[in-house]
Amino acid sequence: MNENLFASFAAPSMMGLPIVVLIVMFPSILFPTPSRLINNRLISIQQWLIQLTSKQMLAIHNQKGRTWALMLMSLILFIGSTNLLGLLPHSFTPTTQLSMNLGMAIPLWAGTVITGFRYKTKVSLAHFLPQGTPLPLIPMLVVIETISLFIQPMALAVRLTANITAGHLLIHLIGGATLALINISATTAFITFIILILLTILEFAVALIQAYVFTLLVSLYLHDNT
Amino acid sequence: MASPVPVKEKKLMEVKLGELPGWILMRDFTPKGIAGAFQRGYYRYYNKYINVKKGGVAGISMVLAAYVLFNYCRSYKELKHERLRKYH
Repeated sequence: MNENLFASFAAPSMMGLPIVVLIVMFPSILFPTPSRLINNRLISIQQWLIQLTSKQMLAIHNQKGRTWALMLMSLILFIGSTNLLGLLPHSFTPTTQLSMNLGMAIPLWAGTVITGFRYKTKVSLAHFLPQGTPLPLIPMLVVIETISLFIQPMALAVRLTANITAGHLLIHLIGGATLALINISATTAFITFIILILLTILEFAVALIQAYVFTLLVSLYLHDNT
Repeated sequence: MASPVPVKEKKLMEVKLGELPGWILMRDFTPKGIAGAFQRGYYRYYNKYINVKKGGVAGISMVLAAYVLFNYCRSYKELKHERLRKYH
């Protein structure tokens, strides 16, 4: 059981070919491009959802920040769809891999910081020192603020990885426990099954929430810097 | 066995059984041909099940079921050990 528990998180390769690329590209098939004024139901539902989300997310940004609209919307779509597809049985979730989440978090965070430094250098540097600090505390506080700035991309990536991985592991464990308990005591197995159902509902929520949180934080970092 | 229409242009259902190997060999296996085959297959499925006036949940759930099946086949080697057997 120990080896099997983490086997589903290994990068998938079929006959030695890395098909992880195929699996990462799979969600794009589920979002067809709209070609007409009135589209089919699938595209209409997706368009409505994207409009809802983008209005909510871009409301706080000024003109400059809104140029990031495409990036933020595609980010939340990608993370949301990948997480939701990972809840299907036996599927591989790319967002459980720290490498991929770091690859998403670091460039986006670096983009927001560099944008801030290029266009508003004084204000960006001023972020390092909150207003109204007593004079003796200034050096320590600058160091602390620098550390908290550089930890932002790490936190983004590790938060997403840890949440999704932990959820998948819990589902594996509790599902295994339910199966093992059926022969021993049916009532306990039933209770464990209810726990499994609740956990699955939670995982659906977590999948969407994590996507949202990731995107929201990137957008916040953007807001600070534009 | 020779038919008035050349073998290459016939659709699959009209090819006689004896001509089948020749028909398969005459298909376009260049990258462009394979890409064209994937594109035709995709649009065939899309226009039949999704791009219709009252599409239902069946269109997309068939895709998801195929995805689950694909992943099951991919991880069968590890799943073999979890069968219900008295002795593993």
